[in-house]
Amino acid sequence: MWSRIKLSKLSYLALALLIGGLIFIVCSPKKDTMGTDDAASKVFVPPGSYDDFYAFLSGGFSGQVSVYGLPSGRLLKVIPVFAVNPENGWGYTEETKPMLTSVHGFIPWDDSHHPELSMTDGVPDGRWLFINANNTPRIARINLGTFRTDEILEIPNSGGSHASPFTTINTEYVVSATRFSVPIPDKDVPIASYKENFRGTVTFIKVDPKEGDMNIAFQILVPGYNFDLSHAGKGPSNGWFFFSCYNTEQAHTLLEVNASQNDKDFIMAVNWKKAEEYIAQGKFKEWASEYQRNRWDERTQTTIVEKLNKVKMLDPKECPDMLYLMPCPKSPHGADVDPSGEYIAGGGKLAGMVPVFSFSKMIKAIEEKAFDGDRDGIPVLKYDAVLAGEVQESGLGPLHTEFDDKGYGYTSHFITSEIVKWKIGTWEVVDRAPTYYSVGHLMIPGGDSKKPWGKYLLAMNKITKDRYLPTGPELTQSAQLFDISGDKMKMLSDFPTIGEPHYAQGIPAELVRKREVKFFDINKNEHKYVTKGPREAKVVRTGKEVHVWMTASRSHFTPDNIEGFKVGDVVYFHVTNIEQDWDVPHGFAIKGTQNSELLIMPGETCTMKWEPKKAGIYPFYCTDFCSALHQEMQGYARVSEANSNVPISFNKD
Amino acid sequence: MKKSAISWACLFLTCGLLMSACQSKDKQKTDSTGSTGTPAGMSAIKDDVSQKTVVQIAVGSPDHTTLVAALQAAGLVDVLANPGPFTVFAPTNAAFDKLPKGTVDELLKPEKKRDLKNILQHHVTVSMYKTESFKDGQILEMAGGSKITLSVKDGQVKIGDAAIIGTVQGSNGIVHVIDGVLLPPAKK
Repeated sequence: MWSRIKLSKLSYLALALLIGGLIFIVCSPKKDTMGTDDAASKVFVPPGSYDDFYAFLSGGFSGQVSVYGLPSGRLLKVIPVFAVNPENGWGYTEETKPMLTSVHGFIPWDDSHHPELSMTDGVPDGRWLFINANNTPRIARINLGTFRTDEILEIPNSGGSHASPFTTINTEYVVSATRFSVPIPDKDVPIASYKENFRGTVTFIKVDPKEGDMNIAFQILVPGYNFDLSHAGKGPSNGWFFFSCYNTEQAHTLLEVNASQNDKDFIMAVNWKKAEEYIAQGKFKEWASEYQRNRWDERTQTTIVEKLNKVKMLDPKECPDMLYLMPCPKSPHGADVDPSGEYIAGGGKLAGMVPVFSFSKMIKAIEEKAFDGDRDGIPVLKYDAVLAGEVQESGLGPLHTEFDDKGYGYTSHFITSEIVKWKIGTWEVVDRAPTYYSVGHLMIPGGDSKKPWGKYLLAMNKITKDRYLPTGPELTQSAQLFDISGDKMKMLSDFPTIGEPHYAQGIPAELVRKREVKFFDINKNEHKYVTKGPREAKVVRTGKEVHVWMTASRSHFTPDNIEGFKVGDVVYFHVTNIEQDWDVPHGFAIKGTQNSELLIMPGETCTMKWEPKKAGIYPFYCTDFCSALHQEMQGYARVSEANSNVPISFNKD
Repeated sequence: MKKSAISWACLFLTCGLLMSACQSKDKQKTDSTGSTGTPAGMSAIKDDVSQKTVVQIAVGSPDHTTLVAALQAAGLVDVLANPGPFTVFAPTNAAFDKLPKGTVDELLKPEKKRDLKNILQHHVTVSMYKTESFKDGQILEMAGGSKITLSVKDGQVKIGDAAIIGTVQGSNGIVHVIDGVLLPPAKK
């Protein structure tokens, strides 16, 4: 029958249209994947357009901070903080080397964990980003105008600054609490004497409201537990700080098993206003404690190092009503305060539910002395007396909670690799979404503040196994972006990260952009070795030390031929980029340097130390493409034998 | 006749096009935007060379087919493929057979998923407990929050009433094979 059908040309046309239509219908993307709900369009930021949010992710074992745009996930910058960065000379130039020094000497690497934005009235204000070094305890402050690390403060009497650097609602204080308890002050004792000798500390760092300068205000001596995370109170709970702690067993070996024995560990509540009163009353003891404060001086473009030797220490035994312990199951990680300031969510990483504590119940329990004894003199509050509710059967291994602006908490669950959304007040689970794989922290822009911008949630995952093209045994960590504007979380995209992000902060871009620095004003450059124009260029020998005052501009160095260096000299190239234009850095590198390059921003002076080992000719050049004649931006240094008589000579424009 | 041959060819081509036009995406990994359903988690990773996870150990054991079916029904396969570390007490098929007749079939029903999950989570604890680390009277808190007591007598380790009859070390945990099913106290 079919064979009898005669098809006219018209019929062929109709058939062709039908086929085309069918293909279109069958293959038309569903609205869900390509229409208005399309994930791709939600993360697509057209070329030349800006992202809505900055996201600052800790670099974990890279020691740095990475800056991404959201929702695109585009990497904008890696800010060097606690690890040297030869790419831009951080920790290599004479100006920045002192930033990475401590009482332990020069520290080229650390493990950066928790970024925290400065706040005004409980809302991120885009001035500074604080981040902790977990290994050699320090807190850094990053300037969000220059995206550079402006200050690194060492924390004495601490072994591992982990519950750090969380801020109070007006950035009055940044805190740091010890992950590893140690003898305080440190001394040579048997490790088995842990319970007798090892203690923790909580450090309160005062932040200058105008300049941001950090100074240790006081420390509180606390039991030898492992303090994990923290958040400041806000609203009604302003004046308090909450720290999660585990290893309340005070084990010192095989913590994997021995620190998991207690049903409940604690969230420690610190009344810091009370602590301030005790300080004002002189109830502290001054402890000899060596530490260092390294601060960037914008004017001289150098690091000012201060060696300090004492702190004010408060002992809770002599300061009642300052600390309380809230029992929290089991080995809690997060201690996260909701936007209202009434609720504190714990995250027992070996538990199967999320306990949420009530600040008002806590105050009532304190007033009514609803205590279950004490630990080292610190009252332990009754669990039921402080509990607001439990998010039951939330999942396994709850770690960390962020909040949106619609009354929901979002808790990461490591063991079940999922994000669980729950309702504040009813504590019911309303949604859950898997992550790929093994989520650690979450970030909602402003999600730990009074004012979350609850549009996106970023999950930071520890494991990526088969998620990307393989790169050998070492694989990247990842961040996965969710749209949380609707009832259900919806995964939009994922992207690889730098190092291992342990936490992140997000903020609307405009709050940061208004502080943008495009270049440094050369007229304000008071560097000791600044060269403000080619005519000021010079080379001066003092014994074996030779200083080179050099300018860089498109597209030459002045001087570009230098003779008279000798083997055994210590040469300092002080290179000033005299441009006053945006996005025109110049680089400087010389053959055989056992140092990094310089990467000099417009208006800035950077110094490379160079110790030539052999006689000969050493080319130097600009490493950052600056103009069509960038390849011509070069010069020569002549190095003669140690006993030669070649005098210092150089050319000028 | 010639024309009808062409039309037949056209029809085949149409069907072929319709079938293949949208298939190219299937060759890629299922995307994880949630829009095309939830992809599998870590249990779906193809890796034949790494040390086996506790889940892979169970799947590879002919004596644990009931347990594996139960883990699948309870949605716990992916959980146990995650980094852990886990200690899994794995009842054999014979152990499940000791339960009253019909119990397992009943638990495998979708509406019993929560009960099944509770029971299975009563067989898992987060930590890596080797046999020699167990002490008589030791209390373990299991993944669901329930507790269970161990006994060690004359070298025989029992968890609750079930004896450990074998142990296999996995990459993300350890599997202790047991001869009985552990039942948690009833949940509120």
